[in-house]
Amino acid sequence: MNLGVLLTDLVSDTLNVSLPAFRPEACLAVTVVLLLLCRMLPGARLLHSSWVAFGGVLFAAAYAWADLRSLPGSPWQPVSGGAFREELFGGLLVFDGFTAYVRLILTGFLVLYIPFTKLSGIPGREEETDFHVLLLGAVLGMCLMASANHLLMVFMAVEMASVPSYALAGFLKGRKAASEAALKYAVYGAGAAGIMLYGISLLGGVLGSLHLPTMATKLSALLAAGSPGGVTTALMLGGLMLAVGLAFKLSAVPFHFWCPDVFEGAAAEVGAFLSVASKAAAVALAIRLGCGLTAPSGSDAAVLAGLADARSYAAHVIGLLAVLTCTLGNLGAYGQTNMKRMLAYSTIAHAGYLMIGVAAAIALGGAGTAGAAGEGAARDAVAAVAFYLGVYLFMNLAAFAIVALLRNVLRSEEIAAYAGLIQSSPGIVVAMGIVLVSLIGLPPLAGFTAKFLVFASAAQAITLGAEKPLMIVLLAVGGLNTVFSLVYYLRVLALMIFSPPPADRVAEPLPLVSFPGALVTGLVAPVVVFGVFFAGLYACARFAGGFAS
Amino acid sequence: MPDAAAAVQPAFWPLTLMLFLPALVAAFLSLPIIPRGRDETVRWIALGTTAVVFLLSAWICLPWLFGGRGPGQFESGLARMQSVVKLPWIPAFNIEYLLGLDGISMPLVLLTTFLSVLAAAASWPITKHVKAYFVLFLLLETGMLGVFLGLDFFLFYVFWEVMLLPMYFLIGIWGGPRREYAAIKFFLYTLLGSVLMLIAILMLYFTSDVRTLSPEKLLAAHVVSPDLEPAARIAAVEKIRSAPAPIHTFNILALAEIGQSPDSPFATARVWGWSVETLAFLLLLIGFVIKVPVVPVHTWLPDAHVEAPTPISMILAGVLLKLGGYGILRICYPICPGGGLSLAWLVCGLGVVSMVYGAFAALAQKDFKRMVAYSSVSHMGYVMLGLGVWSAVAGTQYAWDAWAQGVNGAMFQMLAHGISSAGMFFMVGVLYDRVHHRNLEEFGGIFARMPVYAGLAVTIFFAGLGLPGLCGFIGEVLVTLSSWKYSQALAVCSAFTVIITAAYILWAIQRVYLGAEYKGPHGDHLEPLSQRELAIAVPLVLLAIVFGVAPQSIFRTVTPTVNRQVEALATWTRQVHDARPALSARGPVADVASTGAQP
Repeated sequence: MNLGVLLTDLVSDTLNVSLPAFRPEACLAVTVVLLLLCRMLPGARLLHSSWVAFGGVLFAAAYAWADLRSLPGSPWQPVSGGAFREELFGGLLVFDGFTAYVRLILTGFLVLYIPFTKLSGIPGREEETDFHVLLLGAVLGMCLMASANHLLMVFMAVEMASVPSYALAGFLKGRKAASEAALKYAVYGAGAAGIMLYGISLLGGVLGSLHLPTMATKLSALLAAGSPGGVTTALMLGGLMLAVGLAFKLSAVPFHFWCPDVFEGAAAEVGAFLSVASKAAAVALAIRLGCGLTAPSGSDAAVLAGLADARSYAAHVIGLLAVLTCTLGNLGAYGQTNMKRMLAYSTIAHAGYLMIGVAAAIALGGAGTAGAAGEGAARDAVAAVAFYLGVYLFMNLAAFAIVALLRNVLRSEEIAAYAGLIQSSPGIVVAMGIVLVSLIGLPPLAGFTAKFLVFASAAQAITLGAEKPLMIVLLAVGGLNTVFSLVYYLRVLALMIFSPPPADRVAEPLPLVSFPGALVTGLVAPVVVFGVFFAGLYACARFAGGFAS
Repeated sequence: MPDAAAAVQPAFWPLTLMLFLPALVAAFLSLPIIPRGRDETVRWIALGTTAVVFLLSAWICLPWLFGGRGPGQFESGLARMQSVVKLPWIPAFNIEYLLGLDGISMPLVLLTTFLSVLAAAASWPITKHVKAYFVLFLLLETGMLGVFLGLDFFLFYVFWEVMLLPMYFLIGIWGGPRREYAAIKFFLYTLLGSVLMLIAILMLYFTSDVRTLSPEKLLAAHVVSPDLEPAARIAAVEKIRSAPAPIHTFNILALAEIGQSPDSPFATARVWGWSVETLAFLLLLIGFVIKVPVVPVHTWLPDAHVEAPTPISMILAGVLLKLGGYGILRICYPICPGGGLSLAWLVCGLGVVSMVYGAFAALAQKDFKRMVAYSSVSHMGYVMLGLGVWSAVAGTQYAWDAWAQGVNGAMFQMLAHGISSAGMFFMVGVLYDRVHHRNLEEFGGIFARMPVYAGLAVTIFFAGLGLPGLCGFIGEVLVTLSSWKYSQALAVCSAFTVIITAAYILWAIQRVYLGAEYKGPHGDHLEPLSQRELAIAVPLVLLAIVFGVAPQSIFRTVTPTVNRQVEALATWTRQVHDARPALSARGPVADVASTGAQP
């Protein structure tokens, strides 16, 4: 094959296959360029950059939505055979239901997020171009995380998402706490990235490829043939190092120390971004790597059987992290007096619940081949995680939005400042109540449904005998943690409702009938609606899980 | 969709309306439509809503009051599930909007709607945030009704949890001095129980497989609606039975049929050496006994009762405690009979310990309301004992009529306690509203000051004591008699408890109502009962007398369903359990869970 043919193939593949499936990301990239251009052109300076960013994001979200709807096998398409899967850019990325779903969550997040930052007043008029460039660039990296199919791409995407996040964490320039948080975040991030890169090189060195499906096939052959001890150690070490990088992005215990400091130091708006988008992308990447390396989609029974040990190992690593993360996150939230710091610990705890689902998805990876009983079990587990992400978007964005709006009124983010808020702003307190109760996981709110689905995937793993002892532990830990979490969420609610307001409060009330109130209502409504009518969202989530076998 | 369903299911609109009307009115009240300060309007709207819900429930449950039975209404004396509403909700998990009434749930639904009307009327003295109070109160009513009506385990669980939050706020905002402590304690205990319940639900769901059920059972359990056209029915049954993969279900009736089938997967599947049915029974039991409550998980109850406002105490004692007993009867035993049989000693033991401990604790109380709260612990112990002896006799003889006696007694005791405990809390509340203390030592001479009130109160307290001729007697005597065959020691204990009960109630009556004159604080506020208070007290007293004199009025509805369930379980014991003694309890059997899901 000569160079000419190669180039022609490459161009035709890029133009005809890859780019059409890459429209949301392309929209984001174009918007970033436009934002930068606007600053240079004299006439365009008058244009608010948030309008430009919002326009670009709307296009990206519309494309993501159209992609999700039009893919074969989606809930809007007639029932078809196997799951749709397409490799883009020579195998660096993969385009399937999961990519489309997570991309819609991320771009949908931006659609809600930009109006929210506009209403809450951070960033200010002067800095908003910087803010939006960083924001969109980070989300572009997150979209790549969700669709990565190659370890090189994984590393690049993680860095692309992380570096703007460091800058965003330090966005409140005058504040010492923000600078400290940003530095801490950057140092931690750099360390984690280094370890991850080392892990990638170990895995790539042993398996001779960084392309995930190829790696899985080779891993299966290697394990089936009985790999020598040294090689197995290198593989386990490489996997563990990869997990460290992931755990940092997930803010999983014991790599969570940056999280409370960053959330407390940075603005609540940045907290919302890190807690929702960053987490969604990290969980998506965990699923991509976990399932992609241990139960690649569309592979035959022999390959899957060969990977049984790898699955068990990965499920145990993630399961152990989940137990630690869930428990310590919830216990850590107890003593907090700052609302953002408490929500940081709550975010950590929720990462733990999500990782229970990831561990179940990995453990159930080969279950479909065991017999008819396990068919679709892995898909359901991925669907549970995907559903959780969809719900989590609204739940946590609403929580941070309320914190930010209250900060503007109360000039404080301390929990104690919320005392007796029901008397001046009952609507906001009810909205906050719904969000907090949903975070606890009580029906009929969406937080319960999400938790129910994740626990259900663990229970299904137990009945199918997939990593049974681990799954029993995870289910018990998840259940107990729900009880632990009740106390600190309810403490905030009780303070807002039961306690008398401080005598020196001069804050004006925050009514629901206002633009900020409408935003909060718009964010809280799905939390209620998806708690009762979740069949539609779950159908999408199941479609997203279709790649798991 | 609802219109089409309503055409086929005549009970759809009545049951749905009854269930969600309180929630709808709550939503209406929470909108800023009624201006501030119109508390009286809000009270009347709430009372009117509970009254309409009560009338609706009476129309469904007691059609003879309204001139004959129409489609969808309940026919007393039938054992099977009636007035069933079945609509798909979340097809991916086979979760359904499945409601129904039978002899076990129907009286409890009536009790709920009836006590809600009385509690709404008893809420007039509430003056703080009236609108918010009634919004939560009405949400609570929807939650309670949903638990009794729901036949889908997921739906049941949702309603079970829906009750928690309104109750938390009702205690936490309108309660006494230690209200926040009491409210969070209540919430934590119940949430712990319900999380365990959720784990059990998931285990049962994923172990279940409706393909193993015969066509008749599929229809009886409403997995396939019997209302369908015959051809559609046959097709639906065929579709289920020929499905390639297991079909899991949340349908409580279907789970019970699966649990009682000879090749029940719940008995063969194992988790850490425990059969799923034993483990699920234990987890569910913990969840339910926290609500009942029994010793040693009862400690939330005295705090919650003492701090809660009077109407909420009435609801708490009258209805919420019954949810635990109902859950054990409707869910634990039918779905996990093997677990029930092997753990019968636990249920009975917990019952008797609660009975005796609660009675002694009541004897020691100085606070009037706390004493009544402990009497609830003691009285609900009878319910536990009655439910427990049910399976216990099986090892030696198959005299299912003795079990049936116990369960019927427990059902009666639940209803009677619903009337008498709500009445007792109301009577305590009447005194508290006037003199603002509850110290038993500082009362006395109320008879002379408030003769009508004292007469009604003493009648209600005698009903709680178990005086023959009043409602408390029947349940206690049936339970005590039936427990004789299981364990004579337990029977003696429960009979002995009656004496302690008599002691604390008579002593309380003596200290509060008798005596020469009232010497405590606020003596000048001891006014006679108002019209409103009379309207609440008199129906309770009348019902206490009617149920005591004519227990048949309850048994006519309850007994057929209870007897059918007990008989089915007696048959199960003989035919299934005794044929596989090694499998029913914990034992050194190999781990076969992975085969359990796929027969």
